[in-house]
Amino acid sequence: MAAPRKRDAMGWGLAALTRLAGSNVVERTGLRKPVQNLVTAGTRSGFRVAGAAGRSFRSVQRLGKPARLTPAADTGLFDLTPSEDQQLIVETVTEFAAEQLRPAAADADAKLDAPEGLLSRAAELGISLVGIPEELGGVGVERSVVTNALVAEALAHGDLGLALAVLAPSAVSTALVSWGDEQQQADYLPAFVGENVPAAALTLQERTPLFDPFKPATKARRTPKGYQLDGVKSLVPRAASAELFVVSADLEGRGPALFLVESSSAGVSIEAEPAMGLRGAATGKLHLEKVALPAGALLGGGKLDVFTEVVRLSRLGWAALAAGTAKAVLDYVVPYVNERKAFGEPISHRQAVAFSVADIAIELEGLRLVTLRAAARAEQGKDYAREVALARKLAVDKGMQIGNAGVQLLGGHGFVKEHPVERWYRDLRAIGVMEGAVLL
Amino acid sequence: MINLEVPKKAGALINQAYQAAAEVFRPISRKYDRAEHTYPAELDMFAALLDGLNSSGEGGAGAAGVRRNDDGGKGNRNGANLNLVLGTMEMCWGDVGLLLAMPRQGLGNAAIGSVATDEQLKRFSGLWAAMAITEPDCGSDSAAITATARLDGDSYVLNGEKIFVTSGERADAVVVWATLDKSKGRAAIKSFVVEKGTPGFEVVRVEHKLGIRASDTAVLRFENCRVPRENLLGTPEINTATGGFAGVMQTFDNTRPLVAAMAVGVARAALEETRRILEGAGITIDYDRPAHIQHAAAAAFLQLEADYESAYLLTLESAWMADNRQPNSLQASMAKAKAGRSVVEIALKCVELTGAYTEESLLEKWSRDAKILDIFEGTQQIQQLIVARRVLGKSSAELK
Repeated sequence: MAAPRKRDAMGWGLAALTRLAGSNVVERTGLRKPVQNLVTAGTRSGFRVAGAAGRSFRSVQRLGKPARLTPAADTGLFDLTPSEDQQLIVETVTEFAAEQLRPAAADADAKLDAPEGLLSRAAELGISLVGIPEELGGVGVERSVVTNALVAEALAHGDLGLALAVLAPSAVSTALVSWGDEQQQADYLPAFVGENVPAAALTLQERTPLFDPFKPATKARRTPKGYQLDGVKSLVPRAASAELFVVSADLEGRGPALFLVESSSAGVSIEAEPAMGLRGAATGKLHLEKVALPAGALLGGGKLDVFTEVVRLSRLGWAALAAGTAKAVLDYVVPYVNERKAFGEPISHRQAVAFSVADIAIELEGLRLVTLRAAARAEQGKDYAREVALARKLAVDKGMQIGNAGVQLLGGHGFVKEHPVERWYRDLRAIGVMEGAVLL
Repeated sequence: MINLEVPKKAGALINQAYQAAAEVFRPISRKYDRAEHTYPAELDMFAALLDGLNSSGEGGAGAAGVRRNDDGGKGNRNGANLNLVLGTMEMCWGDVGLLLAMPRQGLGNAAIGSVATDEQLKRFSGLWAAMAITEPDCGSDSAAITATARLDGDSYVLNGEKIFVTSGERADAVVVWATLDKSKGRAAIKSFVVEKGTPGFEVVRVEHKLGIRASDTAVLRFENCRVPRENLLGTPEINTATGGFAGVMQTFDNTRPLVAAMAVGVARAALEETRRILEGAGITIDYDRPAHIQHAAAAAFLQLEADYESAYLLTLESAWMADNRQPNSLQASMAKAKAGRSVVEIALKCVELTGAYTEESLLEKWSRDAKILDIFEGTQQIQQLIVARRVLGKSSAELK
């Protein structure tokens, strides 16, 4: 008898597509359930709760050495055509974003949380599995930074806040795949390939002017048994429901290091931190007060090059998200300015309006290409520091410029919540602020 | 597979172009900026070398024009268009004015290369051809040109005045846009090859300019100038559907990425020089630390370099699409718009950051050269108009 075949990336895409196609109406009515959770309650200032009651993450067996994804091959040719697998995945995710994220976005923004069931349906798409090696139960073989960028872009076209909520756990699983040792991988990764993927968050952010992720104010101190963490992390996605965090902290004055922190650890508490945007991601503060961690909690050996890589891949994620949201703006304003009439003709017949739309299209295309170049270099194992920095710069500046133009083109209508452009305006400001939280 | 690196096989060509830019163009860059209207004799030797490069069929470093012969091949192609923009970037890193002054690399050659019949291509090979479109009263609105061509026996008789003709004085011939019948609109506009010395063809004067002074810019007059009827490029039929104005406009899909590439080359030169000067002043550009905690000059540099990168990749995209037989008008205009405005902003800001305002540095020259790149082959505004019409689905009658 032949060995059972494993589901590959295409299989996951097809399965998800089938599930979605059959159940749109039912699922959508399910989205409207009243949201009752700690974060919503926690919007009252000063209200703090303990971290989510976590599962037990202990493994029974581990691999002899950590499993890693290999760098992708370099064909030596300039090419902008996604692979067949990528096209299928992007199609599936685009549909998911249109059917599930966009219709839920306004509500999630108001209620500061994703609708019930949405995130588990997103997890069923298998988005994070592409980034987890086969030996650990995922479907990945090669590094798939470009695919991840295309997925982030497609999700953000639906909604940036919800895209962040969807992607937050895979930031943690990707970090474990790339830098976890065999014990850390064995302890935590099985949960990410199982039925019930835990909420999890990678957090570098702190609330300080001129924030520099390379100089966290959160402190890690060595103790006889491991480490002790003290500090406050900011804008942590799904903070209240996350069961596992990857947290940056300065290790005894020697620079930034990453630590695995389970939400059930003593001294961990969560405070709701609603912001200008990203509200569907239920952002919160993570308070760490004398949190005792075992020696095995240090990720990537505390090495600076590991941390630098995290910062870069995270910025790449935000650039891809910015491109997706900016595309949403473009796709929304085009029909609007064509239909809206003033002085007897569509306002798109005026150069002042039309040129603004042209500039959105031009800057967006440039941002996309710069982001993809950085992603392709990253997955091929080439140096990509420069390219990611430029992608971030464009994402911050042009992303906001596009968000701003989106509201302006709708005039007063852009300022009211009847249209989504005001939300995109708020969301796109996050690109210039956020470090961490996503990881491609 | 998505990959935005320069194709490996283009490495040799890029290196050749770079060597030429560094060893031929740069050393005489300032000389011919000062000696406006003097022919850079150094280019003759080099032009012969370029002819060899272009005849290899792989595209080279000049305006060879691109023919869309479908070779039936499948899959991802990195071909002549990509090579051409990559070579052009390197050459214009050296000097954009000198590239424009290169014998046999004129835009007229690009037009001939793109729309001529095989017979014409053969007959005009080796000819240095300039391009004459603009008139005193018509610039961007090239459908409104007033120069006329009247068929008389076996000749066309041309009448009219053309301005801003690059290499109009030095070239062997000029590709002239003229209308066969003003009442028939843009479909009646055709291009004609007029060789130097044809009676009735006169160079009125050459202009004094802000930049690209190594390249001569001429005013031409045609008075009852007779050219053989075989010198009409493409088809003489006045047909709105094919061959006519759309045909001549098609040239732009090939030349706009080229001008964008020129802008990218100048921008790269300015950024490299600025980085060198800033580093000499103790200012390093760090790609990992947030821009807002770096020196203001470093933060400004990052912003300029980001715009450069965007322009660079948009240019490669438009050329790659042409290589792969994909319609690229939209992307060509995006590239031209982005590269044109970015090179001006970059070069001017670099002068401000470095203080290199004097003629001791080429930065001041590049800032002057840059401006034309946001103007010729369609101004910034024309590119925005084209992009807007495409994105919004509007005709030129609706979105004027």
